[in-house]
Amino acid sequence: MDFTDTQEEAAFRAEAAAWLKDNVPSQDELQGMNELEIAKMWQQRKYDAGWACIRWDKAFGGRNASAIEQVIWNQEESKYDVPGGFFVIGQGMAAPTLMTWGRPEHHERYLPKLASGEEIWCQLFSEPAGGSDLAALRTKAERDGDHWIVNGQKIWTSGAHYSDFGIVVVRTDPNVPKHKGLSYFFLDMKSPGVEIKPIRQLTGGANFNEVYFTDVRIPDSQRLGEVGQGWQVALTTLMNERAAIGGGGGGVNVDTAYRIASEVMIDDKPAIEDGAVRAKLANWYVQESGLRFTGYRSMTAMSRGEIPGPENSIGKLVGAPKNQEMASFCMDLLEMSGAIWDEKLSKEAGLLQLSYMGSPGLRIAGGTDEIMANIIAERVLGMPQEPRMDKGIPFTEVPTGNN
Amino acid sequence: MNFEFAEEQELLREQARGFLSENCPGSAVRAVLDGEADYDAELWRKVAEMGWTATVIPEEFGGLGLSYLELVVIAEELGRSVAPIPFSSSVYLATEALLANGTLAQKEKWLPLLASGEAIGTFALAEGNGRPSVSSLSTRMTDDGLTGRKIPVPDGRAANFAIVVGATDSGDGASLYLVELDQEGVSQEVVRTLDFSRGHSVMVFNGAKAELLGGDGAGWSAMTALLDRAAVLFAWEQVGLADAALEQARDYAMGRYAFGRAIASYQAIKHKLAAMYVKNTLARSNCYYGAWALDSGSAELPLAAATARVGAIQASVFAAEENIQTHGGMGFTWEFDCQFYYRRAKLLSVGIGSEGYWQDRLVTAYEQTNVA
Repeated sequence: MDFTDTQEEAAFRAEAAAWLKDNVPSQDELQGMNELEIAKMWQQRKYDAGWACIRWDKAFGGRNASAIEQVIWNQEESKYDVPGGFFVIGQGMAAPTLMTWGRPEHHERYLPKLASGEEIWCQLFSEPAGGSDLAALRTKAERDGDHWIVNGQKIWTSGAHYSDFGIVVVRTDPNVPKHKGLSYFFLDMKSPGVEIKPIRQLTGGANFNEVYFTDVRIPDSQRLGEVGQGWQVALTTLMNERAAIGGGGGGVNVDTAYRIASEVMIDDKPAIEDGAVRAKLANWYVQESGLRFTGYRSMTAMSRGEIPGPENSIGKLVGAPKNQEMASFCMDLLEMSGAIWDEKLSKEAGLLQLSYMGSPGLRIAGGTDEIMANIIAERVLGMPQEPRMDKGIPFTEVPTGNN
Repeated sequence: MNFEFAEEQELLREQARGFLSENCPGSAVRAVLDGEADYDAELWRKVAEMGWTATVIPEEFGGLGLSYLELVVIAEELGRSVAPIPFSSSVYLATEALLANGTLAQKEKWLPLLASGEAIGTFALAEGNGRPSVSSLSTRMTDDGLTGRKIPVPDGRAANFAIVVGATDSGDGASLYLVELDQEGVSQEVVRTLDFSRGHSVMVFNGAKAELLGGDGAGWSAMTALLDRAAVLFAWEQVGLADAALEQARDYAMGRYAFGRAIASYQAIKHKLAAMYVKNTLARSNCYYGAWALDSGSAELPLAAATARVGAIQASVFAAEENIQTHGGMGFTWEFDCQFYYRRAKLLSVGIGSEGYWQDRLVTAYEQTNVA
C-alpha cells in the first residue's frame, strides 16, 4: 500500500501536467464558441497529442496507459475547467461494448473517432414501458434480408440531438421469455425514420429526448453479439455505465460547502463554528473521501487485470443523494436568500439551485437508487431476487397494467 | 500508487482469521460476558505467543519491528471476532504512548514486557461525563504523589500500568504520567459497562507514585497525537466488526423464511443490507488512507485518522443495530450472538472520543490541510 507516486508515476504526472499547462485553451481562444464546440476542440487537441482515452490501444488513439495512470491523468485534468460530458456515453459505454463484442472492422472504423470526439454517441435503452425493468422494452426489429427494420420508441436519450451514432437494444423475438428475445445494434442517428423530440426537464433544460423509430433500417453488420444475446451485451454497457458515471461528479462538494459555511453567519458567528454544521460537513467529507479511495482501490484491482464489478454501483448510490443533500443544506445556510436562482444575485452563481434541481435526475438516471441497492444486494452480497411474475413465460404473455 | 495490501499481509490476515476462529469463537466471548473474569487470559497468552502484541515494537526492544500495515490487519481480525482481550488498551494506546514519548530507560523497561504480553498497559483519560478538556482535569501531581479519579478506565484491572493524563500548571496544561498499578496509592473497583466482555474500572490515585512520560506540560498535545494514531487502529477493529455483523445478518436472512420465501429476497431487507455494505465499504477505503498515513508518518494523519474514525463509528454502529433488526425477536435474546457486535460497536465508538468529537477534529484537520 502506497498512496504516493512511484518514480515512473511521478514522471507521468509531470508530463501530463506540463502538457495541460501548455494546451488548456485560454478564455480568449474560446470567444464566441458554444459548449459543444469547446468540448470538441479540447477533445481533438488531446487526441492529436495522445492524451485522449489514454487506456485504449495506441491503434485506436490511446496510449495503452495503466489504470493508475488514468487516475493520475484525471487528477491533473480536473485541476482545469475543461468540458468532457458530451463524450461520456460514447467513450465510457459504447466503446467498451464495441471492444468486447465488435469485430476488428468496427474497432478501426469507430474507436478513433470516438476518441477524437469527432463522432458522438448516445444510448437508446430506456422506453416508456421499460425503465428499471429495462428488459421489458418493446421496440421491435424484424429481419429483412441483410437488414433489420426497427419500429418503436425510446425515451430519456441524453444527447440524441447532437449524436452521430447510437447503441440500441430491441426486441427481435416476442415469443420467448423477455431477456431471451433481445438483440443489440448500433445505428447512424441520421438514418431515415429516426425522429428526435426534446423532453423539457424540471430544471428547464432539455438535454434528453424521446426518439421514435419508423421503419428504420439497420444493417445486420451493425449487430453486436448474436441474435437473442442482446441482454448480455447490454450488461457490458451497463457495467461500464456504473464505472463511467461514478459519483456523478461536479455539483456541490465539501470545498463548496466549507466556503459557504465560512462566509455566512449564524447568530453573528461564521456558520462553520456551529457544531451541527461541522458534523454534517464531516459526514460528507467521509463520503467524498471514501468514494475517492474506493475508486482508487478498484483501479488497483483493475491494474491487476480484474474487470469493474457491481461494486461500482456505490459511486452513484452515494454520490447522487449526497449532491442533493449538500445543495439543500447549503441553501439552508443562506436562509431566505437560498431560494434565489438568479445567477447575478445568488451565491455561487446559481450552482446550488441548479445542483438541487438536477439531483432528482442523478438519482434516477443510469439506474435508480433502488435498483443500485438491488444490484449490491443481489450481485455483491448474493441475496435472492424478488419472485417475478414474468419469469419463464413468453414476453407476449407478461402482464402489462397500464404501461 | 497502490491501494491494496501486499501478499504477505494478506497471508497474515488468513492466518489471523484461522487462529481466531479456532481460539476466539462466540463461546469464548460469551464466557467472559457470563463470567467474572475481566478478559480471556488464555486467549491473551496465545495472542502474545503469536507475536501480535510485539508487531510494531522495534526489535531492539524485543518487538518484531513490523509495519502498521501488519498491525491494522490484526486489528481488523480482532474486531471481527469481538475478542475479549485488552489489546486496544495495551497495544494501540499504552505501547504507542511509550513509543512516542518514553525515555530510553522507560522504553527499555516496558516495551519488551509489552511485546511479550507479560505486561498489559492501559490509558486513563476520562474523569466522568462529558468531553474531556484540560480545564476539566482534576487528577494532578501533588507533593504527596498523584491524586485523582479516572472513570471509566478500560482494562484497568487487567493492566500492570496506566498512562494517565493529569493536570499541570505548565505548558499546555496537561502531562502524561506512567503509573504502576500494583501499589498502595492506587485502588480500583469494577465498573460495569454496556460491554462487559471487556473489563472496566474506576481508578483512584491517592498519593500514587508516578513518573512523567514526556515533558511536563506537553501532555495534552501528546494525548491528541496519541489519539490520532489510536483512531486508525480502532477504526480497523470497527470495520472488521461491521463486516462480521453484515455477514451475520445476510446469513440469517438467507436461511430465515417468512410468507413462503427467504426474507433476504425482500427489498426492505436487501436495501438495509446494501446500506450496510455501502457504509462498510466507504469506511474501509478511508481506513486504507488512515493506515497509509499512520505507517508512512504522513502529515495528513490527523485528517486521515479522523476520516477513518468517523466512517468506522457510523458503519459499525449501523451494522450492529440493523443486524439485530434483521434477526427480529431472536436478535434481542441473550442466546444469540448479535449482542456481541451491538455492545462492542458502541463501546468502541465512545472509547477514545465519540463521533461528535471526531467530526469536529475532522473539520479542524480539513481546515489546517486545505485552507491554511
